[in-house]
Amino acid sequence: MKIVVCIKQVPDTAQVKLDPETHTLKREGVDSILNPFDLFALEAALRMREQVGGTVTAISMGPPQAEAVIKEAIGYGVDEGLLLSDRAFAGSDTWATTTALAAGIRHLGGADLIVCGKQAVDGDTAQVGPGLAQRLGLPQVAFVKALREVAEDHLVVERQMDDGFDVVRLPLPGLITVVREIGEPRPPSLKGKMRAKKYQVPVVGAADLGLAPEEVGLAGSFTQVIKVFAPEVAGKREIIEGPPEEAGAELIDRLVDSKVIMLGS
Amino acid sequence: MGLIIDTDLCTGCGACVEECPFEALELVEDHAQVNDKCTLCGACVEVCPEEAISIEEVERGEDQRTAQARGVWVFAEQRGGRMPQVVAELLGQGRRLADELGSELGAVLLGHQVEPLAAELFAWGADVVYLADDERLARFDDDIYCRVMAELIAAHVPEVLLAGATSLGRSLIPRVATAVATGLTADCTGLSIDPDNRLLLQTRPAFGGNIMATIVCPQARPQMATVRPRVMKPAPRQDGRQGRVERVSLDGGLTPGTEVLEVVEALDDRVDLVGAEVVVTGGRGLGGPEGFELVRQLAEALGGVVGATRGAVDAGWIGHAHQVGQTGRTVAPRLYVALGVSGAVQHLVGMQSSDCIVAVNTDPAAPIFRVATYGIVGDLYQVVPAMLERLAQRRG
Ligand SMILES: Cc1cc2nc3c(=O)[nH]c(=O)nc-3n(C[C@H](O)[C@H](O)[C@H](O)COP(=O)(O)OP(=O)(O)OC[C@H]3O[C@@H](n4cnc5c(N)ncnc54)[C@H](O)[C@@H]3O)c2cc1C
Ligand SMILES: Nc1ncnc2c1ncn2[C@@H]1O[C@H](COP(=O)(O)O)[C@@H](O)[C@H]1O
Repeated sequence: MKIVVCIKQVPDTAQVKLDPETHTLKREGVDSILNPFDLFALEAALRMREQVGGTVTAISMGPPQAEAVIKEAIGYGVDEGLLLSDRAFAGSDTWATTTALAAGIRHLGGADLIVCGKQAVDGDTAQVGPGLAQRLGLPQVAFVKALREVAEDHLVVERQMDDGFDVVRLPLPGLITVVREIGEPRPPSLKGKMRAKKYQVPVVGAADLGLAPEEVGLAGSFTQVIKVFAPEVAGKREIIEGPPEEAGAELIDRLVDSKVIMLGS
Repeated sequence: MGLIIDTDLCTGCGACVEECPFEALELVEDHAQVNDKCTLCGACVEVCPEEAISIEEVERGEDQRTAQARGVWVFAEQRGGRMPQVVAELLGQGRRLADELGSELGAVLLGHQVEPLAAELFAWGADVVYLADDERLARFDDDIYCRVMAELIAAHVPEVLLAGATSLGRSLIPRVATAVATGLTADCTGLSIDPDNRLLLQTRPAFGGNIMATIVCPQARPQMATVRPRVMKPAPRQDGRQGRVERVSLDGGLTPGTEVLEVVEALDDRVDLVGAEVVVTGGRGLGGPEGFELVRQLAEALGGVVGATRGAVDAGWIGHAHQVGQTGRTVAPRLYVALGVSGAVQHLVGMQSSDCIVAVNTDPAAPIFRVATYGIVGDLYQVVPAMLERLAQRRG
């Protein structure tokens, strides 16, 4: 089976902290990492390769230094990587991202199965997977939490829903996005790490993919960010002082008196 | 196309360098300079005190659809004949937008034997229900749902389309947006109309809730957005309110792309966090799984349900179904009690619109206190038993 995994380099949002004094963002020294959800996508792909054989290729669209996440994927044991990088890609929304990724996957000669993470933590949109499936005219199952059956021509997967889960049969070629429940990612292997060090990441730009500059990046996007601002925290903060026992009782009194707690029920 | 830095205006203060989440700006000879890492996110544009940074305008052709588009639509998600609460919330918001734009509010209802739900949709504010009732739509498949939606959209060209940021909505709607070639903004927490140009202003958190971004879709229609459950308010329900049903029939050759073999209602995943009036959440400050016993007691005494931080879930103290936050559920109960919760932004985005927030934490500097209505700096193992005791006293 020929599997392609879509991975993205993102700023480590867990390191982004709010300055308690000024309520602004402190972003110094925030590292770029492989999108945590894409680790689960890689893990799922590697497990499927173990079951039915074939190859796993990691593809990413991003600035030149995103080659680091391709190398990281090599370390985990994927066979090949491809970086789509071009100044013209800057400012891509999810539509322009799927334009580039779809062209990249065609450039790789297509795939039997495409695996995406549930969402990228920088934007949290969870739109690229389903958008990509539509672009390529493939059936999809989003939010896959378990693989029940893996065969050359189909998968049977569990799809997480708000009220439980569905068991779904997906004919291949197709696309899935996976959630954390799919299974803990393995650590990178020593052999993989050695290979990653030497691995020359293939890089292609818009022209190589037959894409015109106006189709990609900001120019090829439908949505536009017009304003970015710090979230308002509506703290009507009131600290109830005193020893813990008294403060606890006082708190209940306030909640009851302000009818937040209704005693009648 | 790209980021423009006016070197005459730039004073080299470095504010943009600090703000940039991508390390794409650096100071070179006392002026900001942009490198390859730039994604045109616009964070620097906002922060520059000299207004020296801008994003180059790109010329884009006006889409034929923008001029003729009319109507606000809501995707009326249902599973097994049940509609999630978010549909009423979307109709409430949709009603406000439709009134502002002077247009109709439509609801799109797909499924099998779901016609009785139309009355619900009218009661919550819909003027017209586009109903596709067909055996092939009985179970959710992205492919066939997407095709029916795309055809409907092409035929009527609504100006705005809203859907819930539920599992089903977040799976289907990106596909629909791609099929009709328009923009989509995920997980919006604020929606309004710019009266000058009828554009939908879509506000959402980004970078794990660290910043808010307002997004527009000027060139294509519909302007599409998904909205988190519990963020918008439903309009008061008007039973018996009437509307028009427009039936849609499916092309005979249409078949689903996948096959749903089984629908499993997993009890464990059905902790009704989203619908709860009171949520009592435990964090890593509990110190261990046994701490949730106390959390449960308080939740029970307050008639609420148990929530958890990712810290507590990752430690294996409680199931993921209880997690509140960016990667868990979004809740907005009447009362939210946070016990031993630090208040990381990823947690705050999931609960900060609660009506009343109570926090108990030993660390006076914990960020949770910034969103708390009432805070107690102290050990939860002393404070909570005192709360339980007082509650019992007041109940008499
Ligand atoms: C991509 C991403 C997504 C995330 N999504 C979520 C999410 O959906 N939900 C979520 O919650 N987190 C999420 N997180 C994790 C988040 O960043 C925090 O790590 C997490 O919320 C911390 O959990 P906590 O508050 O329980 O633990 P800690 O941060 O360890 O806080 C424990 C608190 O308990 C206090 N404490 C200790 N002992 C006591 C005591 N005896 N009495 C009272 N107080 C005490 C301490 O002072 C401390 O403030 C996400 C992170 C990332 C990177
Ligand atoms: N620039 C990108 N390059 C490769 N894959 C991406 C890119 N952006 C998003 N993806 C994939 O799509 C998933 C969802 O991302 P998003 O829609 O941005 O939340 C991610 O987990 C990745 O698998």
